[in-house]
Amino acid sequence: MKDTETLNKEEKTTTTTMRISGSEAIIRCLIAEGVDILYGYPGGAIMPVYDELYKFRDQIHHVLTRHEQGATHAAQGYARISGKVGVAIATSGPGATNLITGIADAQIDSTPMVCITGQVASHLLGSDAFQETDIIGISTPVTKWNHQISKASQIPEVIAKAFYLARSGRPGPVLIDITKDAQFEEFDFSYEKCKGVRSYNPVPKTDIDDVKAAALLINSAKKPFIVWGQGVILSEAEKELIAVIEKAGIPSAWTILGASAVPTAHPLNVGMVGMHGNYAPNVLTNDCDVLIAIGMRFDDRVTGKLESYATQAKIIHFEIDPSEIDKNVKTDVSVLGDAKESLSQLLPLLKPNSHTEWHQKFKDLYAIEYEKVIKDDLYPTKEGLTMGEVLKEINIQTKGNAAIVSDVGQHQMIACRYAEFTTTRSNITSGGLGTMGFALPAAIGAKMSAPERDVVAIIGDGGYQMTIQELGTIFQQKVPVKIVVLNNEFLGMVRQWQQLFFEKRYASTEMTNPDFVAIAKGYYIDAQKVTKREDLKKAVAEMMACEGPYFLEVRVEKEGNVFPMIPTGASVSDIRLE
Amino acid sequence: MNETNLYTVSIYTENNIGLLNRISAIFQRRHINIESINSSVSEIENVSKWTIVVKLSEERMKKVIGQIEKQVEVIKAYYHTEEETIYQESCLFKIKSHLLFDEPQIQNIIKESNARIVTVNRDFFVIEKSGRKEELELLHRELSVFGIMQFTRSGRIAVTKDEMKISKMLEAFQH
Repeated sequence: MKDTETLNKEEKTTTTTMRISGSEAIIRCLIAEGVDILYGYPGGAIMPVYDELYKFRDQIHHVLTRHEQGATHAAQGYARISGKVGVAIATSGPGATNLITGIADAQIDSTPMVCITGQVASHLLGSDAFQETDIIGISTPVTKWNHQISKASQIPEVIAKAFYLARSGRPGPVLIDITKDAQFEEFDFSYEKCKGVRSYNPVPKTDIDDVKAAALLINSAKKPFIVWGQGVILSEAEKELIAVIEKAGIPSAWTILGASAVPTAHPLNVGMVGMHGNYAPNVLTNDCDVLIAIGMRFDDRVTGKLESYATQAKIIHFEIDPSEIDKNVKTDVSVLGDAKESLSQLLPLLKPNSHTEWHQKFKDLYAIEYEKVIKDDLYPTKEGLTMGEVLKEINIQTKGNAAIVSDVGQHQMIACRYAEFTTTRSNITSGGLGTMGFALPAAIGAKMSAPERDVVAIIGDGGYQMTIQELGTIFQQKVPVKIVVLNNEFLGMVRQWQQLFFEKRYASTEMTNPDFVAIAKGYYIDAQKVTKREDLKKAVAEMMACEGPYFLEVRVEKEGNVFPMIPTGASVSDIRLE
Repeated sequence: MNETNLYTVSIYTENNIGLLNRISAIFQRRHINIESINSSVSEIENVSKWTIVVKLSEERMKKVIGQIEKQVEVIKAYYHTEEETIYQESCLFKIKSHLLFDEPQIQNIIKESNARIVTVNRDFFVIEKSGRKEELELLHRELSVFGIMQFTRSGRIAVTKDEMKISKMLEAFQH
């Protein structure tokens, strides 16, 4: 009996032509693309695929999330920590529409993801059949590409194209909708990976003349300043970036999604830019003479008021996506192409420099920020626990080696400001879309993708309750993630804005919360709550020492604010320290 | 800088379902009204050509072109001013047949406007006219005095004065 089974499995992994069903073909395509884990939720229109997932369960691990949105965020976490394509799968109708938030998040944060949805049988398309929805129409604006399959024979080519498009060039989400009859239909299957699409140029060729022009500007600059983004991580250009920074002695800052590409402790890493970024890089954006943007897109949360953003500086933009050039900030030199390639070309053209005086300016402003903000965040003397001191304790106990998965809001800004990183791909957060509820499922995906790493989710009490049901997934799959909820009993960021800009009218931001520890324990997850400073260290130690998943609630001060802050519509140099 | 102009956008694409949604969404998202849109085969086999007329500033136009070209199935997108293209629109008028005899003026209008009678039957006749938008509008004004049963006008179609190197581009993509 066992022998026959083994034989069957061996036969199933070959790629020569064989007559199989569409649904079996889908699984074989996923395996051929190197998918080992996928996240999803079954339902009527995707049942044939689930039946095959059952048969192939020793080769491909399906994780049942508790909501389809959780499946997409888990796939995103899986992709962000590894660089591999995350896969989410759902049924038609509500299953498919529940994927949309995660897809939109992956689109704006350039995360490689393939989503597969079941669809009603092709003869029912357009008839308002049970659980029919036009998911192609709905997902079009938030996908890099999408396609509906209504014949089994289309499956191999379309799935191959989906993976190729999701991971190549500027990555993004792709959705494939497959009618139920195509899943049942038998056809002669063979698989070939996609190597290119006629109308699609994933990586524009770097023009050496542009690189030379950039080098000329950088070499003659007195006050050069680098702002790098996630493009560096996506292109795996971390080493090249560090080499450039060190050779030319350029103070360098990062966008929220660029965090961890260069270790926090690197002497030329001057911190985060943007609305709640560090004081020095924001203020000195408007003082530098050459601003070198690498793999970032000048998001409004980074630039503040565009009309007064680095207007004194020459702008160099290293970018893979031509549509980003001059989109928000006009460039003097743009260098198209993959950051790894273009930075490699740039390095030999740079003159060694140290810019000591210029760098000192960053240190001086850091000292001001330390006195006015950081000291009280990390070493508070007042009674209430701060979010910052929780992060500091996690830094100490993980030695900066953990991957930090944050949700959206105040705790996210604190996590990104204070988390110390030694390893790239360690800051997983929803940057562009700002999706509350992202962190818990994303942490599941990250931990399953990199089981050897410590994965700590930092979540607010608001966002936690948007996807809290994924505790069920953590329990069922025994995913040893560490969950830290920084509970201030408020939707903190909105409350902060209400305090600063709406005269403290706290409209619908106060949260009456449940017993979070009891809920975690209800899922058989070890848990505790900390309300006093003296208990924090021990609690974090217990969490990190726990073999399995762990939930730690920390009651932090209720009305703490995140500073520095660039108010909406203000210039980066008008950043407020209080 | 923010002065708006009429631009003719030419887009060469793969011939795939769903691309209309994808392209129109780029305009819709930015609250840009499409004046006219036309999709047809192009000079290259299996390549569609879209002609879209929009009114916006050149700066926005450039950004929109960037977003269009970013779409996987778009081969190339261009924008042109009125001077850079040769363009035509076409329209049809359905008019009651008795007017042809009761209002002899109509026959003169048809002749002078270089319009063409497509069909005549007992109840109605149909006039076709191709040309620039202003010529079509003039004819519409002249005929509406007598009553028009039905009227329809096509989107703009255009060719550029300059050469379009799409075939070469496609060859380059394949190497």
